[in-house]
Amino acid sequence: MAAPRCSRCACLLLVFIYSLYVVVISEEPTPGNEQHASVVENPQTAAETEKQPTEERRWEATQVDETVPDDAAANKQDLPVPDSVLTSTPPLKDEFQEELVIRPLHSGDIYASFQFRTVWETDFTRGSKVSHYRLFPKSLGQVISKFSVRELHISFTQGYWRTMQWGQPYLPSPPGAELWVWFQDTVTDVDATWKELTNVLSGIFCASLNFIDSTNTVEPSASFKPLGIANGTDHRFLRYATLPREIVCTENLTPWKKLLPCGSKAGLAVLLKSEKLFHSSFHSQAVHIRPVCQDEPCKTTSLELRQTLNVVFDLHASGQGKREWSLFKMFSRTLTEACPLASSSKIYIDVTDNPEEDQFELSPATHLLSQAVVLGDRRTFSVYDLTQQVTFGTVRSLNVLIRWKSTEGDMLRPLLHAERYVAGYGLQTGEIHTLMYNNHPFRSFPVLLLDSVPWYLRLYVHTLTVTSKGKDNKPSYIHYQPSKDRMRPHLLEMLVQLPPHSVTEVTMQFERALLKWTEYTPDPNHGFYVGSSVVSALVPSTVAMNTNITKEQPLFSTFFPTKEESSYFIRVYTEPLLVNLPTPDFSMPYNVICLTCTVVAVGYGSLYNLLTRSFQVEEPNPGLAKRIANVIRRMRGVPPL
Amino acid sequence: MAAPLSLLLVVAVTIRAALNRSSLAELIAERVEVVSPITAWKRVIEGLALLDLGVSPYSGDVFHETPLIIYLFHFLVDYAEITFMLADVITAVALYVAMKDFNKQVFRKQKFSLEAERYPADCLELIRSPTEMFYIPLKVAMFYLLNPFTILSCVAKSTCGLNNAVLSLFVLTTIKGNVLLSAIFLCLATYQSIYPLTLCAPAMLYLMQHQYVPVNPRRAAFWWFVVQYLFMYLGSLFVIVCLSFFLLGSWDFLPSVYGFILSVPDLTPNIGLFWYFFAEMFEHFRLFFLCVFQINVFFYTVPLCIKLKDQPVFLMFMQLAVISIFKSYPTVGDTALYLAFLPVWSHLHRFLRNIFLVSCVLLACSALFPVLWHLWIYAGSANSNFYYAITLLFNVAQILLVSDYFYAFLRREHHLTAGLYLKKKDGSEATLVLK
Repeated sequence: MAAPRCSRCACLLLVFIYSLYVVVISEEPTPGNEQHASVVENPQTAAETEKQPTEERRWEATQVDETVPDDAAANKQDLPVPDSVLTSTPPLKDEFQEELVIRPLHSGDIYASFQFRTVWETDFTRGSKVSHYRLFPKSLGQVISKFSVRELHISFTQGYWRTMQWGQPYLPSPPGAELWVWFQDTVTDVDATWKELTNVLSGIFCASLNFIDSTNTVEPSASFKPLGIANGTDHRFLRYATLPREIVCTENLTPWKKLLPCGSKAGLAVLLKSEKLFHSSFHSQAVHIRPVCQDEPCKTTSLELRQTLNVVFDLHASGQGKREWSLFKMFSRTLTEACPLASSSKIYIDVTDNPEEDQFELSPATHLLSQAVVLGDRRTFSVYDLTQQVTFGTVRSLNVLIRWKSTEGDMLRPLLHAERYVAGYGLQTGEIHTLMYNNHPFRSFPVLLLDSVPWYLRLYVHTLTVTSKGKDNKPSYIHYQPSKDRMRPHLLEMLVQLPPHSVTEVTMQFERALLKWTEYTPDPNHGFYVGSSVVSALVPSTVAMNTNITKEQPLFSTFFPTKEESSYFIRVYTEPLLVNLPTPDFSMPYNVICLTCTVVAVGYGSLYNLLTRSFQVEEPNPGLAKRIANVIRRMRGVPPL
Repeated sequence: MAAPLSLLLVVAVTIRAALNRSSLAELIAERVEVVSPITAWKRVIEGLALLDLGVSPYSGDVFHETPLIIYLFHFLVDYAEITFMLADVITAVALYVAMKDFNKQVFRKQKFSLEAERYPADCLELIRSPTEMFYIPLKVAMFYLLNPFTILSCVAKSTCGLNNAVLSLFVLTTIKGNVLLSAIFLCLATYQSIYPLTLCAPAMLYLMQHQYVPVNPRRAAFWWFVVQYLFMYLGSLFVIVCLSFFLLGSWDFLPSVYGFILSVPDLTPNIGLFWYFFAEMFEHFRLFFLCVFQINVFFYTVPLCIKLKDQPVFLMFMQLAVISIFKSYPTVGDTALYLAFLPVWSHLHRFLRNIFLVSCVLLACSALFPVLWHLWIYAGSANSNFYYAITLLFNVAQILLVSDYFYAFLRREHHLTAGLYLKKKDGSEATLVLK
């Protein structure tokens, strides 16, 4: 037992020296790392780069040449890359990578996260017409060049991510559809372009994105910064919209899979069978397109397309109490090969909680381990490299299997967590409560809260209260854009400091509007959805939080928390809200028109009567016979009776 | 006379202060009958909050009051309760003084007519005695101050109370014969809610009679007076609109205040006829019916002026009633203003035909508004039609009330010229009909 521990210590030492080296290198002012330095300016980018499994390795002696980290392309320029890999291969115009991360969750669920990344060394912004497509999907390429899109992020999610049970997801997304786009600053009419773009995307993804219009589009001023390289962050070129009601199903998955170079024919994508994917607690698929640096001086940019699919399986419930899962059980497929077009194809299994293999047993065993700081926590992964034939073994198929040995184990509580609900009763007014939990024991941190509320819930900003620990917590920045009826939604962005170990409650009253009868959905009494609030934050890292050193680490590395790991960016989405509105009676427009017009006519009639007539003494009418007699008498020239 | 009035004021202010301090105040402030999207105090506060955040209050669709109101409450927001009580007191006192003056004129006119023996002999019953007229101003003040509608409106801090104060000052200055102040107060009222525009005509008629200008379109003096008055009116309107522009630095308030009043985009239920009608309207008929409904307010001005050109104060009452019934966002505060004039026409009671029925309906509706609202919005056991039905009934009752007074007024005028006990040709008792 002592020997492997010793070797582990040695490896950790190696890891640390290496990470320090990387930090030092990345301090150099390269354009690509400016985002690193200005973390507050552009936190997402920093988080994204950090999130990628960094270059830690503890390779077996036979695999020394495997030194290129698969997903650290953004960090590639920083690394002392062994010449054997990069110089031997000619520089590719485009590159495709695929990976699957599997994280056993403490609730007994399994979280599987697919990422497919295509990097294409091309630049649409130069105006040159690009017509030759290889790995990059042409349908998206055309959209990007036609609508001058700088960044595009779209996600379709079914189900709600339970942060308190599952921890943070690698890529957060709100229930329903979410779309946010940064346009090039050459676009003159952003709104018209946005409208066209949503309609085109609606066709590409077979989704109801065409329902995105000015009433659910906002321009967040701070919460959504560009994730790729950007030279301007003027939020006039940003559009953000969510469709919380969007239902995600097979018809959205199929076009999404078609964007992959191998389709669903080979590689990790063969696992994506809709009958299993949608039989899950949570399903989220996304497409992220952004410009990234091509090389170290960052003179030219590449276009990065990242297709991600996150799914949470509740195997504990469906497995008759046995805690055991395998690729076959989850996806009803096993893997036989990597996508031939992929430059790297890997499966990562999160084994952090299983250092002694006393929690679960992984088979087939792999010797490859990888460490990465993911979401502020140092995680260890077992790696299966699908490009290596040895991974598939003698049976020529890979079916990773985990069998639990014990059910205990506690999850580190997520440091930031948010929830939301509607308070009040009746259909006249209500109150939106947003709760934000800071579970850090001793550090406070600021969060950006973004709320986009449809116009038919009339928010009263003077009723906005922010309280933490029973005291008023004044936001240091408030950006509020009131709604315009039938034109645009409310937008509220706030920067709130969350005190350590506290719950911060944001409340705001609203009034429910009565709409025109044609503006209601076909099921008006189901209620109206209000999209999730978005909480974006730079959260102090749990690695930095860990001052009592349980792991054996070199003393020089543990006194000051390293800058790179001191905080990380996360985005937390709250639940969408379902709010009932008062409804008119849909069956009686004719009756209402008739009745109201009758009342107006009563008013008109009685006034008209009095205005045009005058009082006269009523003389009794002569009888009919008398009148006829009078007519005859008049003809005869005799005076009437 | 001052003692009962001050006692009344003290009682009225006490009631308001007590209600303001009770838990009912919050409930009242939310009532849709009492506050409309324009007059709601909550929205005024919201406008101030937006201004504090550096956002134009008119960039959203919550605040629809005029810029002057927002600047008034920028300074007075802490004294809002007192401001609204003061507005009610001003309204009552102004109406009191105005009606006192008006009574004197009515009495003088009656005396001249009697001396000239213009009235038929059997009309002595219709002649008004000073004793019965003595308490009319006090009754008017009482009708305004102790009217539950006014009290609710004041407790809810509905800005309707301020509009009423401006309108009553307009009535006062008109009856006092001050042309300039009359034009200025009318312009303020118009600036607040467009509709008082129609009060231009009774004001001019009254002032012309006051200054012995013949009401005859063929005379140059008539037109000269009209031009003078309109110049003062439009001039002050221009000044006040420009002032608002300079206060805010933009014309945003024009569509947000007047566009909002005229195009009725907010369908929050109220006691008027617009909300449910336009919630249920077919989209392609919307503009047509919007025009029809809005014209309704202005439509009656000219015929009423012709019919009532000798009685401008009654014309004013009619116009106020028509405005409060047919305006796009009416509240009970608007109703309270014209109801305050009813004691002035107490001598018409013998000719009213269905006052009992109408008052019963009005009372029943006032009680049913909160009940059916509760059933629809909170209990969920009724739907919108219930509340709508009550608003219909309430408006029918108001229309009947107004037309009944109009009928009674015309009939009394007729009796004053033709005699009270009319005989048929054959000597039997005759009945009067409208023909």
